[in-house]
Amino acid sequence: MPGITREEVAHLARLARLELKDEELDHFAGQLDDILGAVARVSEVADQDVPPTSHPLPLTNVMRADEVRPSLTPEQALSGAPAQEQQRFKVPQILGED
Amino acid sequence: MTVTTDLVSYEDALASYDPVMGLEVHVELGTRTKMFCGCSTALGADANAQTCPTCLGLPGSLPVVNATGVESAIKIGLALNCEIAEWCRFARKNYFYPDMPKNFQTSQYDEPIAFNGYLDVQLEDGEVFRVEIERAHMEEDTGKSTHVGGATGRIHGASHSLLDYNRAGIPLIEIVTKPIEGAGERAPEVAKAYVAELREVIRSLDVSEARMDKGQMRCDVNLSLRPNGTEEFGTRSETKNVNSLRSVERAARFEIQRHAAVLSSGGTIVQETRHFHEDDGSTTSGRIKDNAEDYRYFPEPDLVPVAPAREWVEELRAGLPEMPRVRRNRLREQWGVTEHDMQSMLNAGAVDPIVATIDAGAPADQARKWWMGELARHANEQGKALDEMPITPVQVARVAELVAAGDLNDKLARQVIEGVLAGEGDPDKVVEKRGLKVVSDEGALTAAVEEAIAGNQAIADKIRGGKVAAAGALVGAVMKATRGQADAARVKELILEKLGVEG
Repeated sequence: MPGITREEVAHLARLARLELKDEELDHFAGQLDDILGAVARVSEVADQDVPPTSHPLPLTNVMRADEVRPSLTPEQALSGAPAQEQQRFKVPQILGED
Repeated sequence: MTVTTDLVSYEDALASYDPVMGLEVHVELGTRTKMFCGCSTALGADANAQTCPTCLGLPGSLPVVNATGVESAIKIGLALNCEIAEWCRFARKNYFYPDMPKNFQTSQYDEPIAFNGYLDVQLEDGEVFRVEIERAHMEEDTGKSTHVGGATGRIHGASHSLLDYNRAGIPLIEIVTKPIEGAGERAPEVAKAYVAELREVIRSLDVSEARMDKGQMRCDVNLSLRPNGTEEFGTRSETKNVNSLRSVERAARFEIQRHAAVLSSGGTIVQETRHFHEDDGSTTSGRIKDNAEDYRYFPEPDLVPVAPAREWVEELRAGLPEMPRVRRNRLREQWGVTEHDMQSMLNAGAVDPIVATIDAGAPADQARKWWMGELARHANEQGKALDEMPITPVQVARVAELVAAGDLNDKLARQVIEGVLAGEGDPDKVVEKRGLKVVSDEGALTAAVEEAIAGNQAIADKIRGGKVAAAGALVGAVMKATRGQADAARVKELILEKLGVEG
């Protein structure tokens, strides 16, 4: 059985920019462990001859011609932005002060 | 901000250490639309005027790959002697950074469309170095950030940033070399020659203009040192976004000197990204490199796999142009010029215009002479590339033809070129408008010659006495009298004839 540690949950939380309290780390570690355990059972029945499935339909090569289609207007594009300035999406400081 | 970095001399670094490089080059394709949506890629649009729900990552939108993007990727792979995947997928590279509104970049992970190739590059002394290619894969560019509130637009100290997503989603091909070993002291030169050759290949395929100054081609330089005579690679640094050929060479050189200083004083190299500074050729620390698994790549569920039919691949292979190095060597032999002259023509961007001028009927030496002389001078004065000059190869060929026919001499031809560049029309029109025909009226020429002899009796006597070289002064006088519009060779013939001297 796979085991997921508290440290691994903390790492994932950091990558996902989630702030978790100590008790949440324990709580989610248990839950994620259960989920991974359930998924792992698939490999008990799927042997080496069964390839992993990333796409349920047997489709390949769906492509579009290189032809320009109308874009949104800048106003439409920015309509859902929490903040904007100079017709651009405004985002908070990216790097903290060094 | 001044950062002093300890360096050892390049020679000392190489005396103890062996550099290993890995070069990652991103090429923006010249497709009309983005990689996964139909938004235009045209430059110069208003901020955020070329976005749609797909490239903004809005819920419910679905990407569809650009067929020309895939075709360009295959062409690049084939030109780099790669195998082309029978079947491959896109993958999501997850990271949080506002330059990608989706919070992931659509890329390829362990199934690149092209892999296992090589590119032979020629160094300045003619030595050929083979650079092995690990892979070339398809991905998309990010948006453009403007940092506000800090010093001169730097991210450090900025209060906030502004994002324009017009560039987000423009097709990129990332080309990654295998570790480049055995270049030794020539490593920086190999790096530069590789990027230069790759740029030529990309241009010859007509898939991108690959202008580094416009960010259409960017290079990341990975470099590590190991003690001479050892096999195991040292820890590498990755210098990001090195945006000129000269900078690629300087960045590699600087990192060799920096690594050697750290290692020889008993320190360890930190695996990190570094920023290159054009002004002094140094690099400074960026962020500590995330481990690969931190990107949590997984197959992109919204895009179906790409499985290029072998017939298509073979069709594209058959349609590849002659590769630049082969073409260069062929032209060099045909034109009978030295490696050095060929390199000058390449650096000046003159090879294609010269070929086109020859194709338009000009002799090779004339085509080279005008492009590398008069036109290169004008281009240089105006700070323009040769192919941006407002004159066509056909027009240059016509000038050469007029010279060959004796209708123009070199001096007049230069004035004709000036006229064409000034927008006065085709060469024939400029000749007519400016009245630049060579004086071929023998009567007028003969009169001018007689006048010159009469006015310079002393010189005429010298010539009569056998000093044929003195005729130059009389030729000059005639040319002056005809305002340069005479055929100098014919003038000399006439002078000698008049004075009864054999030429």
